Amino acid sequence: MAEFLLMAAGFVLAMVALGLVRILRGASAADSMMAVQLFGTGGIAALLLLGAATGEAAVIDVALTLALLAAFASFAFVKAAGDAAGQDAKVKSDT
Amino acid sequence: MSTLIDVLALAAIAAGSFFFLAGTVGLLRFPDTLTRLHALTKADNLGLGLIVFGLLLQVDSVLAGLKLLCIWLLVLLSGACVSQLIALNTRRGDVRR
Amino acid sequence: MTDVFNIGLALLLLGLAAWTIVTRELFVAVVGFIAYGLLSTLVWVQLHGIDVALTEAAIGGGLTGVLLIGAAGRLRNSAVALNLEVPSMQVRWLAGVVSAAVSIALGVCVLALPDPAPTLAHEVAANIADTGVGNPITAVLLAFRSMDTLLEAIVLLFALLGVWSLAPDQSWGGRPGLRQQVDPNGILAYAARVLPPLGIIVGTYIFWVGADHPGGKFQGATILAAMWLLVMMAGLADAPPISRTWLRLGLVAGPLVFIAIGLLGLYTAGDFLGYPPGFAKPLIVAIELALLPSLTLVLGLLLLGAPQRGTPP
Repeated sequence: MAEFLLMAAGFVLAMVALGLVRILRGASAADSMMAVQLFGTGGIAALLLLGAATGEAAVIDVALTLALLAAFASFAFVKAAGDAAGQDAKVKSDT
Repeated sequence: MSTLIDVLALAAIAAGSFFFLAGTVGLLRFPDTLTRLHALTKADNLGLGLIVFGLLLQVDSVLAGLKLLCIWLLVLLSGACVSQLIALNTRRGDVRR
Repeated sequence: MTDVFNIGLALLLLGLAAWTIVTRELFVAVVGFIAYGLLSTLVWVQLHGIDVALTEAAIGGGLTGVLLIGAAGRLRNSAVALNLEVPSMQVRWLAGVVSAAVSIALGVCVLALPDPAPTLAHEVAANIADTGVGNPITAVLLAFRSMDTLLEAIVLLFALLGVWSLAPDQSWGGRPGLRQQVDPNGILAYAARVLPPLGIIVGTYIFWVGADHPGGKFQGATILAAMWLLVMMAGLADAPPISRTWLRLGLVAGPLVFIAIGLLGLYTAGDFLGYPPGFAKPLIVAIELALLPSLTLVLGLLLLGAPQRGTPP
């Protein structure tokens, strides 16, 4: 069982990495925002699976913290990147 | 009985991983920002939900199970809000252009 | 199987670090940094350091990431000036060589450690019953090496003073950050109403459970600070002016209580920050309770930045 969980964690991580490659090459504001959200979800899944594989019960607390902080980081990112994109568009329409 | 639970957990986690794969394939192949956002939010959250369900079957205490559910609901809520905000941003950008 | 996973994780980490340094887009680099924090969390879990993993997830991934996002946002306006300051090729090669040399030296040192590595874990395990806490990390941080924790708390205050010193003269004493223009019926405002109550419960839980399981005041304070920042980000509350008395009192209350308990230890146990036998646990809890609000304020204010708006009367 632990082996399977470890494999699943590795698989989820690989999926996050693949998605990351696509998003980071896109490099628009929305792509970066989606990257942060991808980490939140994928990272928590990988963390939970890893915690179950290594048998550490406290990893669930780590995942809980990560859920809250990833949500916070996502909102902050969307706000900052959205403001930046809005400024860029404004400059473009002014010139 | 416990092997049945193990098999069920295995199946749920495998299904969850499959949905993560589906989400990433969508991210890589869909043409548009909004469709990619759709793939990311829906498929990944469902994948996480299935994985949480599989782990729920393996957990030792009620508190840990509650925490797992809490994590999933939190991710669901924040995912829904963030994806709406990203979509709003994208649409606003397109309208200006 | 574990080895394959660990090697894959290490390679991913290195690749991500290289990408973060090489990329030219500021926001992409910040995203890479947040991802790096997440991968480091997984590494700590694999190394069985759950307290460190908790701190990495909270501070390394979340809070520092948001700090960098704010910085990247401010730097966007001066992108032209940034590009003029790019160092020459020789300097960059030199930096690369020095970084590689330091990494190799660190690797050699770690691999050259005697096996089993020298550790004080046995002494901690032998004496942990006297402290009354079950988590050895908490015992080390608040009983055996509480001096370090006291100095850390004070260093954070100094860091905050450093950030405040960047304020323009006419804004000193005012509110940090700009007033947020957010639709009060929008989605961000909705999230900022629903998430913080849950976040406060989780933060307090993580703080409380730190006595016997991974957790503690620092991680709990980070969660609480993140929730406070979310509320301010959504425009539901405004940043307090830094001249407010309650703010300044709250900031110093934690370290002052810590110092007071330390001085008390001079009389009751014969050493600064000594605990009399049987009273260790209540004193530790008192210190943690006093530090929690101070740390929350410090972390939140560090992210808000220097005062930017007017001087209140």
